[in-house]
Amino acid sequence: MNVSTLLDSLTVFVLAILLGFEVISRVPATLHTPLMSGTNSIHGIVLVGAIGLAATADNVPTAVLAFVAMAFAGANVVGGYMVTDRMLQMFKKRPVPTTDKAAK
Amino acid sequence: MNATNVGYLVQLAFIVGAAFFVMGLHLMNSPATARTGNRLSAAGMIVAVSAEVVFVLQGHVGLWNWAIIIVGLGLGGGLGYRMARTVAMTSMPQLVSLFNAVGGGAAALLALSDFIALDGHRVLAGDAPGLDGWRTFFILADVIIGSVTFTGSLIASAKLMGMIRGQPILLPGGRILSWFAVVCGLSVSIVLILAGTGLVTYEPSVLYVLFAVALVCALVFGLLMVLPIGGADMPVVISLLNAFTGTAVSMAGFVVGNVMLIVAGALVGASGAILTRLMASAMNRSILNILVGGFGSEEGTQSALTSAGGSVREVSVDDAAIQLAYASKVIIVPGYGLAVAQAQHGVRELADLLEAKGVEVSYAIHPVAGRMPGHMNVLLAEANVPYPQLKEMDEINPEFERTDVALVVGANDVTNPAARTDRSSPIFGMPILDVDKARSVIVVKRSMGRGYAGVDNPLYVNPKTGMFFADAKRGLQELVAAVKAL
Repeated sequence: MNVSTLLDSLTVFVLAILLGFEVISRVPATLHTPLMSGTNSIHGIVLVGAIGLAATADNVPTAVLAFVAMAFAGANVVGGYMVTDRMLQMFKKRPVPTTDKAAK
Repeated sequence: MNATNVGYLVQLAFIVGAAFFVMGLHLMNSPATARTGNRLSAAGMIVAVSAEVVFVLQGHVGLWNWAIIIVGLGLGGGLGYRMARTVAMTSMPQLVSLFNAVGGGAAALLALSDFIALDGHRVLAGDAPGLDGWRTFFILADVIIGSVTFTGSLIASAKLMGMIRGQPILLPGGRILSWFAVVCGLSVSIVLILAGTGLVTYEPSVLYVLFAVALVCALVFGLLMVLPIGGADMPVVISLLNAFTGTAVSMAGFVVGNVMLIVAGALVGASGAILTRLMASAMNRSILNILVGGFGSEEGTQSALTSAGGSVREVSVDDAAIQLAYASKVIIVPGYGLAVAQAQHGVRELADLLEAKGVEVSYAIHPVAGRMPGHMNVLLAEANVPYPQLKEMDEINPEFERTDVALVVGANDVTNPAARTDRSSPIFGMPILDVDKARSVIVVKRSMGRGYAGVDNPLYVNPKTGMFFADAKRGLQELVAAVKAL
């Protein structure tokens, strides 16, 4: 790893953390659960790394690791976004005319 | 278009994806725009993944490799989809933990395979891939943080699912073993990094063994870290593990040289860190104190009253209904007991009835009411409670003075005035909801048992307080019936 790549990456890392602090401190407590599951789906970005690994795997151990990584990251991304959407759609400003008598 | 240009375009697509993530998180600052934000973030993910597919298409991708990609993604994605569609909102913390586990696990696997691919070869400086010091550092950071997250989150998830006991589990010698794992893992890592820099040289087989030791230490440490932590401390643990996963993904970005992973991981890390801090300060305990664990493990069996003195005033369902129906302002204080009893819909129904009678109703949500940050809000939103009625602690506390009735359902420690006054109380200094400042208080509670912290709650012997002894769900149904009958 050469020094200039390392420094570039570190710069990006530090700025992204600061940006994250800035953006996320504005999220109200009401939304902290969807926030967490939303950021959870964001870390599913390891999928990108897993694809890169799977595409170049040329021996059995690597192929197995790549497969597990693909499955893990896939579950993370798909499940994370779906469940966050499901939660957020429940947050309504006004109650919908109640039809959920069965909910009791 | 030649390969270099495609490479640049892929890089650009990654920048677009990262920007979508940031904008998506920004839109989460209000419930009105949050859904759009999440979709924007999902769009960013699609852009990034498509770009990566275009990128790998530049090289030769064999049939087997495609099979790994498609079957792996299909299998994982399918399972994730199923879980996301079917999970109950009360089970959200364990699902989030599970996603933390797989995210951290995937990040660790990336570094692991990178280490295997290097096969002990060391190339000093320069762009050529090799095991130089920095690279070894990031590989180890990724594997260690990812593995701790993996086992830690699995344990957290199993605890929340009730597959293992939710109470703190203190293994004999567990603490010593944790320290051993830390010391052993760190020293092995230092040796590996030295080997990476070329200051010491070992056979590749030795490097493999050392690496395996570091991996096992991390897995064991994750396990031992979460086992002794009790159920109500889970919000902190989940947030912390979330921050860990983010960091692991960032480290994976350093390892595979992908800026997008670094950015996304850093965003998640920042979010997890903020939530961890918020949760810990909402319990007035340091993160270290929570991690040491064992809090509330010695369950008090005696009645919560004996030492508090004074007598309990019991209130009948009809009296409680009258008090509520003729109030002008009611604040409902829901705690995790409400969710355990599945009484969210009952509470909404009662609030609807009261509003129809012209009572102003809002909900006071303590930051740790639930098993993960913000959990109670989701549970109430699911029961169709409109979000403007959900008030945060700092927002609602000044309103208790102007409140006729505070209705406490399934909450205990977060309403305990001893946290303000009693220096000897284990929860002294914890920010609480100022329920005792309301003109009157009704507590729906099964018995006089203590809360998680195992301390007496003087609120229950306050002359203003009427105790309505009932299971949260049944009690609310009775209240609804009684208010209807008025």
